[in-house]
Amino acid sequence: MSESAVEVSGLVKRFGATTAVDGLSLRLARGQVLALLGPNGAGKTTTVEICEGFQRRDGGAVRVLGLDPATDHERLRPRIGVMPQGGGAYPGVRAEEMLALVAACAADPIDPAWLIDVLGLGSARRTPYKRLSGGQQQRLSLACALVGRPELVFLDEPTAGLDPQARRLVWELVRALRTDGVSVLLTTHVMEEAEELADHVVIVDRGRVVADGSPSQLTAEQPEAAQLRFRARPGLDLSGLCTALPADCRLQEPTPGAYLLTGRVDPQVVSAVTAWCAQQGVLAEELHVGRRSLEDVFLELTGKELR
Amino acid sequence: MTTTFPAGTFTPAPGRGRVGRMLVVHARTEAMLTLRNSEQILLTLLIPVLLLVGLTVLGFFPLPEPRVDSVVPRVFALAVMSSAFTGQAIALGFDRRYGVLKRLAATALPRWLLVSGRTVAGLVVVAVQLLVLGVVAAVMGWSPDPVGLAWTVLLVLVGTLSFGALGVLLGGALKAEVVLALANIVWFVLLLGGGIVVPPDSMPGALGDVVMLLPSGALTDGMHTALVDGAVPGWPVFAVLVGWGAVAALVATRTTKLS
Repeated sequence: MSESAVEVSGLVKRFGATTAVDGLSLRLARGQVLALLGPNGAGKTTTVEICEGFQRRDGGAVRVLGLDPATDHERLRPRIGVMPQGGGAYPGVRAEEMLALVAACAADPIDPAWLIDVLGLGSARRTPYKRLSGGQQQRLSLACALVGRPELVFLDEPTAGLDPQARRLVWELVRALRTDGVSVLLTTHVMEEAEELADHVVIVDRGRVVADGSPSQLTAEQPEAAQLRFRARPGLDLSGLCTALPADCRLQEPTPGAYLLTGRVDPQVVSAVTAWCAQQGVLAEELHVGRRSLEDVFLELTGKELR
Repeated sequence: MTTTFPAGTFTPAPGRGRVGRMLVVHARTEAMLTLRNSEQILLTLLIPVLLLVGLTVLGFFPLPEPRVDSVVPRVFALAVMSSAFTGQAIALGFDRRYGVLKRLAATALPRWLLVSGRTVAGLVVVAVQLLVLGVVAAVMGWSPDPVGLAWTVLLVLVGTLSFGALGVLLGGALKAEVVLALANIVWFVLLLGGGIVVPPDSMPGALGDVVMLLPSGALTDGMHTALVDGAVPGWPVFAVLVGWGAVAALVATRTTKLS
C-alpha cells in the first residue's frame, strides 16, 4: 500500500490505568486531507504524536510514509511538517528568527519572509514569541510546519484560537496544500472544519473510531436518512404522534427539549407533526427538515455534543 | 483570496539542510537569545564584573598584591558556572515550557546537532563573558601568566561542558519554576561555600577537601594554579570536572524531557 501517507491499525496507548487510544485504525491516502474529529480527550493528539514519533505506542501498527515513526524517526523527520498543539518556540525569539531557524533545517525551504507576510505576521516579525497573541503564535507554528516543503503535514487543532478571518486563511492554506499534492492529517473539534476541508473524516471518541468515511458518506442524503428536528418543552408524551406517523418514522428526544424524527420525511409527515403540536398547544421552535450534518452523526454515535 | 497561494507553492521537496548551516544558525540563534536576555546578562556579566571590581578594590578579604590577579581566577570560574550551569538550566526549563525542544525535534535537525548547537552557543557566550571580564581586569592591572592563559582556555572548555551537563540535567527534568529556584540556590551556595569566593584552604577541617571535589572548587583551584602560579593544574582538577560532567550527561540522557 505505497499510496498510503499514514496507516494506523489497532493502535493502543495507555497512560497508567487510562487507555487513551483503544484499538484505533485509520488510513490517509497520499495527497488527501484526513480530519480526526472528536471532543477534547478523545485521543486525537496522542494518536498524532505517535504518528509523528513523539510518543511510543503500547500496541498496534503505524506506518507513516512507509516508515515506522517509533524506529525510523530520524529518517521520517525531514519528510514531515508538524504543527504541535500550542505551538513551540523560544520564549524570547523573534518570529522571523524562529522561522529562519526551522527553514535552515530544510534542504529547499520556502522563503521565510514571504511565508511570514502571507500568513499576516509581517507586523510581528520582530516581536518576541512570548509577546505574540495566541493567534499569531498559531500562525507562526503553521509556518514552521510548512517551510520545509514536507510531503505530509500534521496539523493539531490548526484553527484553535483563531479569529474567523485567520481561520479562513488556514482553510485556504489546507486546500492549497492538497492541490499541490501534500498529504494532510489534521485534528479538530469543529465539525464545519472537517466538512469543509477533509476528503476523509474519522470520528473518534474515548480512543476509538466511532465513524469513518467521506463527509458525504457520513451525512448520506438517502431518503431514509432524512430528518426533522424541532425544539419544544422537554418531556412531551410522543406516543400519540408516533401512531399518527408512517411506521418507518422514528421519534426521539436525544437531549431534553430537542426532538428528532428520522425516516422518510415528506410533506404529510411535516403536516402531521405540526398538527399534533397544535393539538397539544405546543409551539415547535426551530423546526428544521434536512440532511444530517456531521454534528448530528457525532451526537447520534456518541450521545454527546462536540463542544 | 484565491491567489494567496499560487499553485505549486507547497509542492513537496523535503530534505535535510546542510549540517554546517544548521549548526551555525542554531548556535547563533541560541547565543543571541542569551546575550539579549537582561536576566541572563545580569547573571553572566554584571554580577561577575561587580565582584571583580568589588573584590579587587574593597579589602574584605586579605589577598596578596596585586589583588586583581587572585580575583580573576575566581570570577572566571563564577562566570563559567553562571552561564553554563544556572543560565543553561533556567533557559532549558523555560524552553521546554514553551515547547521549543518539541518544535526542533519536529524539524530535520538531527538530535546530535541539537545538542551540538546548544553547546556551541554556550561556549560562545562564555567566550564573550571572559573577553569582557578580561578587558575589565586588564584595565585594573591584571597581568596573567601566558602559559597559564593557555591552560585556562582548556579549563574553561572542560568547565563549560561539565557545568553545562549539570545545567541540562537540572533544566531538562523539572518544572520551569522549580528549575529557576534550584538553579539560583545552587549558584548562591556554590558561590559562597563551593570554593569560589572563600578559598578551600581557609575552610575549617575537612570541609576544604570536600569543596575541592565540587566542580566549582576544582575549576577555581585549577584557574588559580594556572593564572596566579603559572603552573600546570593537577590532574585531580580535570578528573573532578570530567567526572561530574560525565555522570550528569549520562543521567541527563535518561531524564531530559522534551516538554
